[in-house]
Amino acid sequence: MEEPKSLNDLPPGFVFDPARAAKLMTRHGHGGWLGLTYHAHGPDWVELALPWREELVGVAETGVLASGPIISLMDNATSMSVWTLSTRFVAHATLDLRVDYMRAAVPGRTVIGHGECYKLTRTIAFIRGIAHDGDPDDPVAHVIGTFMATHGTYL
Amino acid sequence: MNALPPYAQALGIELDHDEDGLPVLSVDFSERIQGRPGFLHGGAISGLMEMAAIAALRAELERRGEAMKLKPVNVQVEFMRGGTEQRTYAMGTVTRAGRRVALVNAECWQDDRSKPIALAQMKVLLSPAE
Repeated sequence: MEEPKSLNDLPPGFVFDPARAAKLMTRHGHGGWLGLTYHAHGPDWVELALPWREELVGVAETGVLASGPIISLMDNATSMSVWTLSTRFVAHATLDLRVDYMRAAVPGRTVIGHGECYKLTRTIAFIRGIAHDGDPDDPVAHVIGTFMATHGTYL
Repeated sequence: MNALPPYAQALGIELDHDEDGLPVLSVDFSERIQGRPGFLHGGAISGLMEMAAIAALRAELERRGEAMKLKPVNVQVEFMRGGTEQRTYAMGTVTRAGRRVALVNAECWQDDRSKPIALAQMKVLLSPAE
C-alpha cells in the first residue's frame, strides 16, 4: 500500500494507530514545522514531544518558548487521544480550547504534551491534558476543550 | 511597538496596520501554519491571536506611560470557522487593564471582517517592570 500523505487518505474503518498516525501528523504542515514527535500512548491518551528550538521562542531575551507552540502541541496530542479512544480516525474540528499557564517552560527543555479524551459522545469529544518539561507533577500548562466530528461519528 | 518575537517572525506574522491605535497583525498562508490539508492549524490561529492580544495590551500600556511586565495566566479560544489558504488577520482589544491584571479579547478573520474564524480571551498578570 502506498504510504498515505495525510490522515484524510486513510481508508474508512482503518483502526487508528497513534504511533503510526503521529508520523503523518508531524511530518507535514504546522506539526512538522514545530518538530512534534510521537512519545507514548495508552487507551485514551497520547503524548507528543516538542523539542525546544530558537525559532519557537516567545521572548527573545529569555529564550522562553512562545505559548503558540504549546497550544499547537496540546491541540495535536488531545486530537489524537480522541481517535485513540474512538479507535478510528474521524474528521473533526477543535471547537474550543482553554489553556492555563502554570509557569514558563525552561529554555532548552523538550516539552511533553499529554492529551487525554475523557468522554466521547457521537459528535462531541471532551478532552483535557497537561504540558510538562520533565516532571509531570510540575506542569507548564493545563488544557481543557472540545472537538466536534465534522464527517461521521465518534461512536 | 516592540519587535515581534522569533516565533512570530518564523511564521511570517507581521504588523499589518494600525486601526484607531490598535495593531492589526497578519500572516500569509504557508505550509508552516497548515493543519489538516487546506486548512489553518488551530494552534497557529491561537498563536496569532495571542500575539495580537499582547500587542494590543502593550500599545494600551504605552499610551498610559506604564512600564509593565506581562505574564499570561490563561487563554480561552473559540474556533468558529475553518481557516482556509489565504491571508489571515488578528486584532486584540483591551477589555480591562487594571494595575494587576488585564483582560484582552482577540478576533481572527480572513477575507470577510464580519465573519471571524476564531475568538480568544486572554488574561494577563501585570507587574511593574524593574
